[in-house]
Amino acid sequence: MKALLLGAAAIMAMASPTLAERGSDGELKIIYWQAPSTMNPYLSGGTKELEAASLVLEPLARYDEGGNMVAWLAEDIPTVGNGGVSADLKTITWKLKEGLLWSDGSKVTADDAVFTWKYCSHPEGGCAQSEKYNDVTNVEALDALTVKVTFGVSKPFPYGPFVGAQAPLLQAAQFADCLGTKAPECTDANFGPIGTGAYKVTEFRPNDVISLAANTHYRDPAKPAFATVTFKGGGDAAAAGRSVLETGEFDYAWNMQLAPEVLAGMQAGGKGETVSAFGTLVERIMINMTNPDPALGDERATAKHPHPFLSDINVRKALSMAIDRDLLVEIGYGDTGKPSCNVLPAPEIYKSTANDGCLVQDVEGAKKLLTEAGWVPGADGIRQKDGVRLSLLFQSSTNAVRQDFQALIKQWWGDIGVETELRNIDASVFFGGDPGSPDTFQKFFADVEMYANNFDGTDPESYMANWECKQAPRPETQWQGNNMPRYCSEDYDALVAEMAKTGDLQERARLAKAMNDKLMQEYIILPLVDRGRVSARSNALGGVVMNAWDSELWNAADWYRVK
Amino acid sequence: MFNYTIRRLLLAVPTLLLISFLIFLLLDLAPSDPTANLPLTIPPEVREKIRISLGLGEAFHIRFLLWCKQFFYNETLNILEQWWGWDFGGDRLRVLSWQTRSPVVDTIVQRIPQTLWVVGMSYVVGILIAVPIGIVSAYKQYSWFDQVGTFVSMVGYSVPTFFTGVLVIVIFSVWLGWFPSIYDTTLVVNDWSSFVQQVKQMIMPVSVLALYNAAQISRFMRASMLDNLNQDYVRTARAKGIRERSVILVHVLRNSLIPVVTVIALGVPQVFGGAIITEQVFKVNGLGQLLIIAIQAGDVPTVQTLTFIFAFLIVFFNLIADVLYGILDPRIRYD
Repeated sequence: MKALLLGAAAIMAMASPTLAERGSDGELKIIYWQAPSTMNPYLSGGTKELEAASLVLEPLARYDEGGNMVAWLAEDIPTVGNGGVSADLKTITWKLKEGLLWSDGSKVTADDAVFTWKYCSHPEGGCAQSEKYNDVTNVEALDALTVKVTFGVSKPFPYGPFVGAQAPLLQAAQFADCLGTKAPECTDANFGPIGTGAYKVTEFRPNDVISLAANTHYRDPAKPAFATVTFKGGGDAAAAGRSVLETGEFDYAWNMQLAPEVLAGMQAGGKGETVSAFGTLVERIMINMTNPDPALGDERATAKHPHPFLSDINVRKALSMAIDRDLLVEIGYGDTGKPSCNVLPAPEIYKSTANDGCLVQDVEGAKKLLTEAGWVPGADGIRQKDGVRLSLLFQSSTNAVRQDFQALIKQWWGDIGVETELRNIDASVFFGGDPGSPDTFQKFFADVEMYANNFDGTDPESYMANWECKQAPRPETQWQGNNMPRYCSEDYDALVAEMAKTGDLQERARLAKAMNDKLMQEYIILPLVDRGRVSARSNALGGVVMNAWDSELWNAADWYRVK
Repeated sequence: MFNYTIRRLLLAVPTLLLISFLIFLLLDLAPSDPTANLPLTIPPEVREKIRISLGLGEAFHIRFLLWCKQFFYNETLNILEQWWGWDFGGDRLRVLSWQTRSPVVDTIVQRIPQTLWVVGMSYVVGILIAVPIGIVSAYKQYSWFDQVGTFVSMVGYSVPTFFTGVLVIVIFSVWLGWFPSIYDTTLVVNDWSSFVQQVKQMIMPVSVLALYNAAQISRFMRASMLDNLNQDYVRTARAKGIRERSVILVHVLRNSLIPVVTVIALGVPQVFGGAIITEQVFKVNGLGQLLIIAIQAGDVPTVQTLTFIFAFLIVFFNLIADVLYGILDPRIRYD
């Protein structure tokens, strides 16, 4: 009897992940249907590269699944309260954990952080994450484990540098000769960076497959549970989903952008399940407040010419009222989307509840509103006023879900007497930002356009500043800028300026909400769907905690084989 | 013949230079942007810096001449260094991909084995199936064998590989579980079990592509056999009392192969070009996948280098086909 009990205890111990031994669970197989091109996140801003690199490279702090900042390589999160952030909000001092080692066995020091800043802020390096080091004037090592970051302006949110998957630490010794124009020539370092993460690269085949092995110098001697990782790239979302949910060849598949019924069919196999998390990604319609008429020549779609009918708030409001957001979610995203009435849908403290009326479609109300505003149906059923017809050009990028949305919305707008012409543009052109192309989302030579956007991390300050007057794309800025609607309001700009100097979190939340509400209540942006991240995991893989605020693989060190 | 070959080779040089210029021009005029696929959270100023660091700030002709120098001079020296261990010294910049920021030629070399194994093998299998089917179909024209052969070629020719590929995956991977749906490019064949694994993962992509190739070639073979079967020399051979077997396999087949060999030779560059769709479906990640990903990412150096290599192979195999004509058919003389 005693032996039996002991045996049972032994079995239970084996099943428990906490008692696992490093490398005892064999091979972990991950598939990303977009294959990573490099392991250096500073040379490519792409999500696929950031996530692959996050297995190897780590930041000082990152975000957990709730969007809370957690100390990662640092001892704790510096704040004004614990003295880590100076009272004038101009410096932040990080303390590294003791005894950290790079995967080659050398010590992690504050000099590595100083070097990382130099690497990314080099003017000729073309660092894709230089935004994270904005306003940093100096990074210095106070001692072997203390890093002090100094900003040129006061930073109410000083957690840009070295925080999140976008800004991990590089090893100074490995990248010493790779500054500036030399950066792309360091192929070996870019493909096999030495990191502090749970895994290290053994072979990198660009755009194909990455082989990784457990890092023998990882700080937790019991982790990671897997001895090797095969990180395969290529194919398409359906094939990746199939390999996890139907054939069970892989353990984890990233970004299951599939129709809800396709995903449900795959899950019916019972070999795995989808995991999702909601962040700040919102599919939205942007309204052009300026006139995109080609007859205006160089002044087309600039603030000089207000839009002939979209500058009327009643028209914008009616367009929003006519949309059934629930149906859009059901058709396009299923469980991986939620109807949204805010352009700033998360984190919880920033989420406004003032605009939830948009959740209910109101076609009759929209018609009434337009009629009261003087827009009456003409002979062809299209509403008009003073010779101006409500006829729209609606553009978006080429993507099956977006084209479905366009068709549905066209129909709803038709119901209230608004004529819509649809247009879709290849994503690489639409999002390409080429000032020579008339088809970019910045130039916005259309009346309304639809796409999705979000922000890194949890702080919305720079995101909400997107709709500042000066951010409007125009010829003087080579058509660059984030304010696609060309919205211009002194009150809004004042709120942006106030947030830039406010340190108190509650006060910042109030300001962000106020900005969101202003955009929503003036119907400058029509939010449609809050889109979640969705991936698939096999039933044989345990420990996955889906995270929308950082890399999905943020806790890969804790993953284990379910036996 | 020798003079002819030399003349053709010399002519190929300006042709290829013109082709490389035209490709570069087309890519430059195409509205694509290497930073287009980055997340929108990366601001425009940073994108502009990335574009400049990729060399996009330079004028068109400078970028073209730079590519020519990097590809024709630097890469050639590099190959010589690697093959013969010479050392030319100096710091030469190679053609770097904009996606991976690594030498394009290295990636191509890395991709060639899987492309040759899968696409090349499918070509060989396709030929081995197509030639006998073509012969029998022609000899027994309008028999049930010919009808079935015609039907199968029609299917193979008209049903796209993205359909047949997914179909075989659903049947043999999802339902039956016999073969892996994802090709493992890191597999090293060094013993029996890894060999079996390699065969297993190659069966589906190879048969899907072989069906397509066989469909094409068997039609050529059949048509060419039919042309020859009605010739006078066949009647003469039969009248002389030669066995039917020899008439078909020696006299008719040899003559019928002339156009078929040309078609086969002209198809070889496509093998190197990879099979874009089939490689994507089975995740073989060979040269076809490399090309399509580079196009999507606006990675001009990779697209330029790959398409130029394809252009070179096409020009080269055209020459080979012409020379083969002369060898197979003594009546054809170029000099």
